[in-house]
Amino acid sequence: MYVAVKGGEKAIENAHALMADRRRGDRSVPALGIEQIASQLSLAVDRVMAEGSLYDPELAAMAVRQARGDLIEAIFLLRAYRTTLSRFGNAKPLDTNAMRIERRVSATFKDIPGGQLLGPTFDYTHRLIDPAMAGDVSVAEPLRREREDDTACPRVTDILDGQGLIEPDVPGDAEPADLTRSATAYPVERDLRLQALARGDEGFLLALGYSTQRGYGRTHPFVGEIRIGMVDVEIDVPELGFAVRAGSVRVTECQMVSQFKGGKSGGPDGEPSFTRGYVLVYGQRKRKAKSVSLDDLAPLSDEFGEQRNAPAQDEEFVLEHCDNVQATGFVEHLKLPHYVDFQAELDLLRTLRREANEHATREAAE
Amino acid sequence: MQANTYAAAYEGGFESPVFGAQAVFRSVMDAMARPGTIVDLAQPVSAPAPLETAAAAFLAALADYDSPVWFEVEDAEAASAWVEFQTGAPVIADPQQAAFAVLAKGSAVTDWRRFSIGTSSYPDASATLLLPVEALEGGVELILTGPGIETQARIAPRGLPEGFVAAMQANAALYPLGLDILLVCGSRVSALPRTTRLTEV
Amino acid sequence: MQATIPDRKRVLDALLTAATRPLAQAYEALSATMPQALPVRGPEIGMVMLRGRIGGGGQPFNLGEATVTRATVRLESGEIGHAVLLGRDMEKARMVAHLDALAQRDDWRATVETRFVAPALEAEAEERRRQVEEVEATRVDFFTMVRGED
Repeated sequence: MYVAVKGGEKAIENAHALMADRRRGDRSVPALGIEQIASQLSLAVDRVMAEGSLYDPELAAMAVRQARGDLIEAIFLLRAYRTTLSRFGNAKPLDTNAMRIERRVSATFKDIPGGQLLGPTFDYTHRLIDPAMAGDVSVAEPLRREREDDTACPRVTDILDGQGLIEPDVPGDAEPADLTRSATAYPVERDLRLQALARGDEGFLLALGYSTQRGYGRTHPFVGEIRIGMVDVEIDVPELGFAVRAGSVRVTECQMVSQFKGGKSGGPDGEPSFTRGYVLVYGQRKRKAKSVSLDDLAPLSDEFGEQRNAPAQDEEFVLEHCDNVQATGFVEHLKLPHYVDFQAELDLLRTLRREANEHATREAAE
Repeated sequence: MQANTYAAAYEGGFESPVFGAQAVFRSVMDAMARPGTIVDLAQPVSAPAPLETAAAAFLAALADYDSPVWFEVEDAEAASAWVEFQTGAPVIADPQQAAFAVLAKGSAVTDWRRFSIGTSSYPDASATLLLPVEALEGGVELILTGPGIETQARIAPRGLPEGFVAAMQANAALYPLGLDILLVCGSRVSALPRTTRLTEV
Repeated sequence: MQATIPDRKRVLDALLTAATRPLAQAYEALSATMPQALPVRGPEIGMVMLRGRIGGGGQPFNLGEATVTRATVRLESGEIGHAVLLGRDMEKARMVAHLDALAQRDDWRATVETRFVAPALEAEAEERRRQVEEVEATRVDFFTMVRGED
């Protein structure tokens, strides 16, 4: 039970001012610029956009700065901002085949059409903190190499599909579900699951992905392909009668390939075949992407006649708890005044103690 | 032809989108809160036929991307383009999907069965009907009772379709589901939310 | 002579994704001579829902939203110009809508092409080439170790 409490306005005002002071910190130190955050802490900005579910690098950078680096707080700020905007419509589905690739690797095949492109990645660094980070060392321009081979980069999973070895994509243009518009009822279809997971908390989904690898849910996945790059966004303009290229967004696409025994879908005769976990997220987020596609795979055990025992396979458990703004809301509410509740608890405890004492005294007397 | 269809669409929206929408919203809310009162949505909003000024102003304020609009009249191409451009609301062919239905004058009440009356979990997911009438006064008197009316109120619109009162009584029996009706004439409206009970004098 | 749809799309695609500063500079230089653009709608900021396809080629799913800015303007001579671009940039949307309207006029089409579209496309091509070549330098050249037996 929540009690309306008055007073504290002055304290709150002063708390805001104090927070602004602490956020700014030492005035002799230069203030952080939005461009600095957007370009030099771009991976933080990417996370905020993905989980805030709003692609706008500048806004996300502002949120990161305002939240003093607390990314979940920044995500909250972006989600709140999102509610003030009208939705004009939908863009056409992104064509990741036409992605301007910045990174593209596969763990399933060594030689793939288009090749393995490492891109800007931490993967092969030695994880030693570089002393250069303590100062302002100039960074050389990156090397360039002419592109000799103009081979396109088709999806690795399409290669497997061409051989009939993997569960195929089901093409179509049905209107997808939208969890921001209608309440979620379980079980959900895959479109809603992917929408929920795309904006889900990275830590939570990483842990669940990890759990599936450790035996909580049987997936034996391979990274079919990860690709990161810019994709054009086409938006239909009814007044024009055609779609225009409104800009481009950076996304990470990950295809996990996993084998199940005796699939119902898959081969035409119900032969075992590979199935795919899939994810698309904003920004350069390969860790999130791999976790999500593992989590996407987990509930698919249903379609393959397996039992769902593990937390990662419990669709409602995963989807209801993966939104960190919702989670924060409920968890954080605990610090609001619960004075009357607690008073009741205290009284109850005292009563129990008293009764226990009286009971003990009576027993001793006998 | 497309260019012509859109030519009219670009004209006639709110001069001041924010304040115009707020004023109309406030007026409609008051009309809904006090059934039987006639409210003038005096706004310089104009749209192609068959949209009366009040209906156009209502849609301009309340319709958006999430509220499909349906037109009962056959040829509403210009009005549809206007709604789509000015509000972003999709104009749809299936009356079942409509959030807002722009009815024709003398619309047959038996056809109103096609509209959504909401569900037990979401009674608000129902259609709001905009019914044009010849006049909001000077017709057969009707008595209104219910929430927002202290004892009773009277309205006398002219040009209501046949069987209107019976249809409204059947609608009221569906509560909390049901349709909400707005009578429109020129720039004025009179609201009949589903909670209002209608009887003849 | 009406601009065909492919022409008009080509112009809009180039202008909407052009870098803002060079676009604004070129616009400033010419704005005094341009027929005025009267506002019809916006510029206003909103959002669109971006979508992916399940598996990459399957049914669409909602991915998340993106901010957009759109504007519609009219010239006194009657041409209507539209713009919708990702991000929040009211001034850029207005400029591009203005240029879209101008490009429909015989007396301005060539100017829009030479002063705005062509430079934008050239800058974009150069930027894309740079990106491709920088990523190309990270291509793995596999070589197989040949064992010393047969």
